[in-house]
Amino acid sequence: MHNKSIKELASGLRSGEFSSVELTQAFLARIKQHQSLNCFISVTEDLALQAAKLADHRIATGNADLLTGIPIAQKDIFCTQGIKTTCGSKMLDNFIAPYNATVVEKLNDVGAVMLGKLNMDEFAMGSSNETSYYGVVRNPWQTDSVPGGSSGGSAAAIAARLSVCATGTDTGGSIRQPAALCGITGLKPTYGRVSRYGMIAYASSLDQGGPMARSAEDTAILMQAMAGFDPKDSSSVDMPVPDYQAGLGVDLKGLTIGLPKEFFGDGLSGNVAAVIEKAIQEYQKMGAVVKEVSMPNLKLAIPAYYVIAPAECSANLSRFDGVRFGYRCENPQDLTDLYTRSRGEAFGKEVKRRILMGTYALSAGYYDAYYIKAQKIRRLISEDFKKTLAEVDVIMGPVTPSTAFGIGEKMGNPIEMYLSDIYTIAINLAGLPAMSIPAGFAEGKPVGLQVIGNYFTEDRLLNIAHQYQQVTDWHQRSPKGFE
Amino acid sequence: METSQEWETVIGLEIHTQLATKSKIFSGAATAYGAEPNTQACAVDLGLPGVLPVLNEQAVTMAVKFGLAIEAEIAPYSVFARKNYFYPDLPKGYQISQFELPIVGNGHLDIDVDGTTKRIGITRAHLEEDAGKSLHENFHGMSGIDLNRAGTPLLEIVSEPEMRSAKEAVAYMRKIHELVRYLGICDGNMQEGSFRCDANVSVRPLGQQQFGTRAEIKNINSFKFVEKAINHEVERQIELIENGGKVVQETRLYDSVKDETRSMRSKEEANDYRYFPDPDLLPVFISEEFKSQIKAQLPELPNARKQRFREQYQLDDENAGILTASRQLADYFEFVVNESACEAKLCANWITGDLVAALNKADLDITESPVNTQRLAGLLLRINDNTISGKIAKQVFELMWQSSSTADEIIAEKGLKQITDSGAIETIIDKIIADNPDQVEQYLSGKDKVFAFFVGQVMKEMQGKANPAEVNKMLKAKLK
Repeated sequence: MHNKSIKELASGLRSGEFSSVELTQAFLARIKQHQSLNCFISVTEDLALQAAKLADHRIATGNADLLTGIPIAQKDIFCTQGIKTTCGSKMLDNFIAPYNATVVEKLNDVGAVMLGKLNMDEFAMGSSNETSYYGVVRNPWQTDSVPGGSSGGSAAAIAARLSVCATGTDTGGSIRQPAALCGITGLKPTYGRVSRYGMIAYASSLDQGGPMARSAEDTAILMQAMAGFDPKDSSSVDMPVPDYQAGLGVDLKGLTIGLPKEFFGDGLSGNVAAVIEKAIQEYQKMGAVVKEVSMPNLKLAIPAYYVIAPAECSANLSRFDGVRFGYRCENPQDLTDLYTRSRGEAFGKEVKRRILMGTYALSAGYYDAYYIKAQKIRRLISEDFKKTLAEVDVIMGPVTPSTAFGIGEKMGNPIEMYLSDIYTIAINLAGLPAMSIPAGFAEGKPVGLQVIGNYFTEDRLLNIAHQYQQVTDWHQRSPKGFE
Repeated sequence: METSQEWETVIGLEIHTQLATKSKIFSGAATAYGAEPNTQACAVDLGLPGVLPVLNEQAVTMAVKFGLAIEAEIAPYSVFARKNYFYPDLPKGYQISQFELPIVGNGHLDIDVDGTTKRIGITRAHLEEDAGKSLHENFHGMSGIDLNRAGTPLLEIVSEPEMRSAKEAVAYMRKIHELVRYLGICDGNMQEGSFRCDANVSVRPLGQQQFGTRAEIKNINSFKFVEKAINHEVERQIELIENGGKVVQETRLYDSVKDETRSMRSKEEANDYRYFPDPDLLPVFISEEFKSQIKAQLPELPNARKQRFREQYQLDDENAGILTASRQLADYFEFVVNESACEAKLCANWITGDLVAALNKADLDITESPVNTQRLAGLLLRINDNTISGKIAKQVFELMWQSSSTADEIIAEKGLKQITDSGAIETIIDKIIADNPDQVEQYLSGKDKVFAFFVGQVMKEMQGKANPAEVNKMLKAKLK
């Protein structure tokens, strides 16, 4: 059952081949069996079985959505009412959210069955899932390697077939990079397409929730349920949501693909480059036309990002002060002691690093040199994309410069860690949608192809991924021991 | 002050007005005052993880109203910013405010002090959210936090440093207070903190161009305290300088019990607020069309109305000022004028005199007046047609205040109708003249003042009900 697509599962549920309760039990059993991957922070077994029961009833009465009764999992960054919501931090280890995120509400409404809350880098700050208070997640393809981050729990759980699909969030590559390193499909939607309400903020102008699944088709189905305008989120965009599944049948003849030379430079490892080139050849076989393009400001993306994101995070994380919720230090002596020890004891190293960087960048006398300059660079990068996407339909390239690295390998060197997002970060700065598609393997580890489109062209991206998945089976491969 | 020859005071005010919206500026929670602690704070106000602000359009409309009323530039594009500082009653660790691009730009307001009009520049007015309240009593050595007020919309109105005395500052503050209530954007309740101000005060030798170092006095919530706090601060600064000291830039607190200001924090201890645009909120765009819509809805503003009252009703400056200080009082006056068709001056004198005095005594607002416009008009009508004298009218008014009867009912019931029957008056006059030969002698020998004695005696005899004009006329004829 765990290898079936959402459509296959939905039809099995409708034909009575299995019930949602049985399906949920099967996945819960797999989660237990593969606990050592550490994908989940919380497994909500009882609630899942209750939801499955309701879903079975709903299917029986004919009032069901494709996702009704399908086991899914939520990244632990989304607030879930009555359920611990940690954001991967000691700070929120005791936090039971009193409300549902809009995304959670939408998935509950269609009757999806939530298995639990997925592990992630602390407050979504990290590229390896190693900053989580709950420990690193292991990559099912090679368990001494990282799954990527920050949505590492989501990607690993899908790759290991512990959940059919999952939610993720992407601020600088946090959906695409783990999707690539775990060999699954992930979509980072246009900024504003998916509501951020109830999604614990890291960098508000960059954060975007999105779907992760094995195939583009499953991703499209999950995206359908997540997307849409939310009056509770001022940055969400009031535009109709297209039928993503209906858009999956378009052939790619004449599609123009831009290949930025900046994506294929020195930092890219040879074996990853080879996989990407092969994938692009596959697209050419389907009738796509390739064109080399250049986006000279891309090289500024990482420094700009590491000013803007920390600046926003330094304010976003101020609410974690030990006063109203979350961790509070023992016996505070006075107010300053309460603040400094609660925050000092509950935030991890990377979170503190970014709060400090952001506080510095916003300080009097530095604001213009850092924050304002970074915003200017952000506009230049957006301009680069705008110009390029006027010439070509989509941009393709690698998601990551290398395959999954070893656990502990980059933790001592933050700059090197930051560089693992070098191909994904610029897309967040521009607010564009992009996908990671399984494109093959290098030394036994998955490689992801990145496809970047114009604003609100998620339907086109999903179709481009889907067409590729009609002629390749990379997305179907199972890691050894998880078949 | 004896030093006023040498020193000049410079004052700028930052006035915080709570906007009278039903819900908070970024959430749907109610803004009503006085609820049980933390019962009017939703997830957004509590700053829970994941929540997002959504701007209340009513707050924007109110800010634009104010901007148009002070003839200010309304920014076509304004931006909300985060002001970062830690405080337990500031749930998010930042306050959403406006910094570089406020919604209301340069404007001005005319104030009257000692008969002269002065124009005070208003630098800007911006929207922001209020914080909660820290409560320091009865929590066993800890503090309690009430977040009901957190997220209440504020319009912070920042003046130019153009006031030169505490008196001017109070006049300006009163004028703003009057205006925001006219516009219906603030209830003006100072006890509940709906209207409060920070005063920036400095002194400089008279004639010097450069400003002195200023101190900011925080959170003053009455007109009286503003005046006292400024005067005290000015004295403190002058004394300090004259004794060879230096004013330091700092924030001070006014203690109304001890009538003094004391230091809260110095410039060095001041926060670096690290303002930056709030990524959770879109910029606010104000179109010309929106502006003209709001403009069309603006009521007649106090200064314009005062001018009109002087011209249309021939009122003096004082009466026109009192009547237009409140929109409701001015409305009351105009209703009475229309209803009674009496001379406006009579109406104005009665309203600013007896009515306002009675209201003040009972601590009531004009909207709570026991005597409504119709009943007052009924009374004035009877003065106008000589049914009763002004003196009797005061009695009638008092009875009206205590009952729901009309003036006519009271006059009839109490038999207060003025006697205009000249026969009756003549009989009394004859009697008074006969009874007071000495006074008649005095009057006839040129002591005009004695005339008033005769009037008084006649009125006394007739229990005040005689028509005074008639009494005068007949007495004069008889005493010739």
